[in-house]
Amino acid sequence: MSRSFEDIRTESGRRWQALTGGQVPWIRVGSALCGKAAGADSVIELIHEELRQHNVEAVVSEVGCLGLCYAEPLVDITMTNGSRLFYGPVTPSEVPAIIYSHVVRNAPVADLALGYLGGDGLDGVQDLKQHPMMRNQQRIALRNAGNIDPCDIGQYVANGGYDALHKALSSMTPEETLEEVNKSGLRGRGGAAFPTGTKWSFLARSSDPVKYILCNCEEGDPGAFNDKGILESDPHTLLEGMVLAGYVTGANYGYVFIRHGHDGPIHRTREAIRQAQELGILGDNIFGSGFSFNIEVSLTGDSYVSGEETALMEAIEGSRAMPRFRPPFPAQVGLFGKPSNINNVKTLAYVPQIIDKGGDWFAEIGQNRSKGTAILCLTGNLAYTGMVEIPLGMTLRQVIYEVAGGVPNGKNLKLLQTGGPLGGVLSAEQLDISLDFEEMAQAGAILGSGGIIAADEDTCAVDMTRALIAFCQFESCGKCFPCRLGMTHILEMLERICRFESEPGDLEMMRQVGQNMQAGSLCGHGQLGFNPVSSALRHFGDEFHEHMVERRCPTGRCMADRYSPQSTRR
Amino acid sequence: MTTDAEGLKERVNKALNSQDQSTITLLSSLLVVHDELGYMPEEAVEEVARYTNSTINDVWGVASFYTNFRFTPPGTHTVELCWGPSCHVMGAMPVVKAVLDALGLDSESDTPDGKMTVRFNTCLGACAQGPVISVDHKLMGRLSPDVARQVIAGLDGEGVE
Repeated sequence: MSRSFEDIRTESGRRWQALTGGQVPWIRVGSALCGKAAGADSVIELIHEELRQHNVEAVVSEVGCLGLCYAEPLVDITMTNGSRLFYGPVTPSEVPAIIYSHVVRNAPVADLALGYLGGDGLDGVQDLKQHPMMRNQQRIALRNAGNIDPCDIGQYVANGGYDALHKALSSMTPEETLEEVNKSGLRGRGGAAFPTGTKWSFLARSSDPVKYILCNCEEGDPGAFNDKGILESDPHTLLEGMVLAGYVTGANYGYVFIRHGHDGPIHRTREAIRQAQELGILGDNIFGSGFSFNIEVSLTGDSYVSGEETALMEAIEGSRAMPRFRPPFPAQVGLFGKPSNINNVKTLAYVPQIIDKGGDWFAEIGQNRSKGTAILCLTGNLAYTGMVEIPLGMTLRQVIYEVAGGVPNGKNLKLLQTGGPLGGVLSAEQLDISLDFEEMAQAGAILGSGGIIAADEDTCAVDMTRALIAFCQFESCGKCFPCRLGMTHILEMLERICRFESEPGDLEMMRQVGQNMQAGSLCGHGQLGFNPVSSALRHFGDEFHEHMVERRCPTGRCMADRYSPQSTRR
Repeated sequence: MTTDAEGLKERVNKALNSQDQSTITLLSSLLVVHDELGYMPEEAVEEVARYTNSTINDVWGVASFYTNFRFTPPGTHTVELCWGPSCHVMGAMPVVKAVLDALGLDSESDTPDGKMTVRFNTCLGACAQGPVISVDHKLMGRLSPDVARQVIAGLDGEGVE
């Protein structure tokens, strides 16, 4: 507790040098949710077994997500020349050969390698920096993802972690710190794109002695996993951002809100909090500054709407996650009736670098009023699926065809679903839109949480719309009847259309119901809930016509069995 | 494994008292008890009500809202199938069909012999690896209907390599 930050930094640096110096091989295995789903656990087990059998020494770490999810399980081993050699996707049967050659005999296996990072690399192996997914990136919030052990605070500190907090607490006033955030032009990455500094200033103005900083990692959008990805890969960057938010706004307590069941992000965040408390980076009188801040993890049950800011507060308080009326806004009456500020994980994760390098530095990245980077989750029919951080302003075409390697199997792209189910769909003709909050909104889409689901020509636009509405229907919290009943009604009509049993007035009826949902719902779920249908009708009206008039599905998808649960919320 | 009332009460209270965060609520209490038992029997609902100083009605209200809570014992194995839009595009429906057909089910439910529970999940969080399922909380990605059938057969003890 009594150790100075200088001491912590020196010791962390020494340990990092030892780890990366190449004396003892350092084996890092991608084991975020994407790695686990690809079988990282059995690969790790096998690695330990092989090391034991050969009786060789190596450090094995579970790291987060480097972003190349398509190549998971991804294993990288340091080479004596300082490079990191990546193998992936690693099958269990390849582990013995990799360990024996690379670790025991010190002969890295070029044939099985995906690429290298840093140093001189290895003959016949590509520099991963030139990989399409890596070369367009500018990693700010993801700077440590996949590189450091998220359960070792020392590795975060050794890479510049908590420097920003130390700098702010020792040499900047809360007002000066806020000014940097204002200058950066940072806007909320949860979907609404509200200027973060402005939001913080609302809370800073409140004179209530008890205020809260809430971090939203509910992340229920199918196709988005970047919030969970940050918590699993580099939880301290979020914690540091939260403490800085507390310093600016005068709050002393924070909650990280995560959906129950996502064990990786939950455990790693809890462990990070524990380690930060142990070093006195969380708790009373941080770095002797007189400022105190603490954080706890709060879990929610399965409910998509609990990611809505006021429903989130209901869930932390232990109630049904249903949105509240606004006003009063959270900055006046929030969690437990106290002034509160809610930010998305990504938003807060940018803050340490903004304070470290200055708001002007951040504001130079991006275009127009969209500053900084977009942290995208690329899923669906793409050659390279994964998580990337690229400067705002890049076009969707670049994202799909350069970063994600295009659509595999020689198929054509048909549609994109961006920003979560409520974001609706874009057609393949709209790829010249850039990643820009205003431009996306103008095109009738949102950047939202950063999820981009690409669907190829085999996808039926009507079936896709039905799937999106099935999700929205299931997840309606039920508080506002236009949303609760409207979603069910629209889903019934879409089911009819998919069975080629639609009735002549169905489209008009859907539009009316959609209007009522928009006008009569408290939160975005009902207000935006018609987006999937309206955007699909706009771009794929012909396909609806074929289903409704010609009674056929051009892709045949609607002839296959489909399943979705009906909401059981009571 | 105990079914008697005293044993159950003890397990519930042990779970309730294991909460070490400073904000303990009705929802946080439900989550730890559900983790311990796998479902919420009436006796557990009553204990949560007592522990959180709320009414049984309040507890039912919260428990019936979040779709992860169930009120009857789950099967020996629980298979969660992602049906969200991302996995849908990547071929979730044929995987869901393969699993349901293999178990003789029409939709999410338990098999009559009580061995298997099938649950639809809107997002398991590993979207880049879709279609995703989880078997007893272990994630599996890039599933094909064939592999899904093998996984189910393996759980059923019907002998699969």
